[in-house]
Amino acid sequence: MIGQRPNEMRTAARRVRGMGAARSGTTHFWHQRVTSVAGVLLTVALIVIVVALLGRSHAAVVQILGSPLVAIIMLLFILNSAYHMWIGMQEIILDYLHDDKFKFLSLLANTFFCVAVGLASAFAILKLSFGV
Amino acid sequence: MAELKAEPTAGGRPRPISPHLQIYRPMLTMVMSIVHRITGAALYFGTLLLAWWLVSAASGPTAYANVEWFMGTLIGRVVLFGYTWSLLHHMLGGIRHLIWDTLHGLEPADREMLTIANLVGSIALTVVVWVVGYLAMGGPR
Repeated sequence: MIGQRPNEMRTAARRVRGMGAARSGTTHFWHQRVTSVAGVLLTVALIVIVVALLGRSHAAVVQILGSPLVAIIMLLFILNSAYHMWIGMQEIILDYLHDDKFKFLSLLANTFFCVAVGLASAFAILKLSFGV
Repeated sequence: MAELKAEPTAGGRPRPISPHLQIYRPMLTMVMSIVHRITGAALYFGTLLLAWWLVSAASGPTAYANVEWFMGTLIGRVVLFGYTWSLLHHMLGGIRHLIWDTLHGLEPADREMLTIANLVGSIALTVVVWVVGYLAMGGPR
């Protein structure tokens, strides 16, 4: 934003605080880019792992998924993705939902969904690794 | 140019309208912009497949066999194919946006080229991954 601001409708205080609809400024914008760079590398690794596991027996899949390098990559992929999709879905909700109650409930559901999917996957990977 | 029809106010004067999506001719860059968001939303729910696969592998052979059975059905294959394409398309779209974030490739010819490369690349990579996948499994099942 260089130069004058045409048609500025926000108050001076709102502009100075630099917060958007998410009330958190550019933090999410930046974190979305950081997780996208990580996501490119991790997605390539995930596809290689999944293709390598196709058609294998359950015992072989358990052994490979539980091996340290594969498990670490899977953990990084799932946790990185969970955070990336949490920000992304929040952005979609803030763009399209304007009713305060519905918006609030959607944001809540988004958080629950991402934490649940992320932790369930992470737990599964750890269980495969530690073999309990 | 489309005709603008505004709801008249109580005073009889039409409300001012700002142009929105339906006013503009669809362009590849704008269609691909919304496709990036749609594939992102699809992947959001598609992550359930990944979670289901991992949890079933951790649960035992019976649960894992259920996932394998579902992924082997026609619906499972279609969903998995869609997930693969969405993942690759969103990944390449992300790279495109990262390039744009550095203020490169924003000229008309460049941005069109990047957008077409995104689409062609995602379809080509999806086919490659599936061919390699079927070869790894020793043929279609």
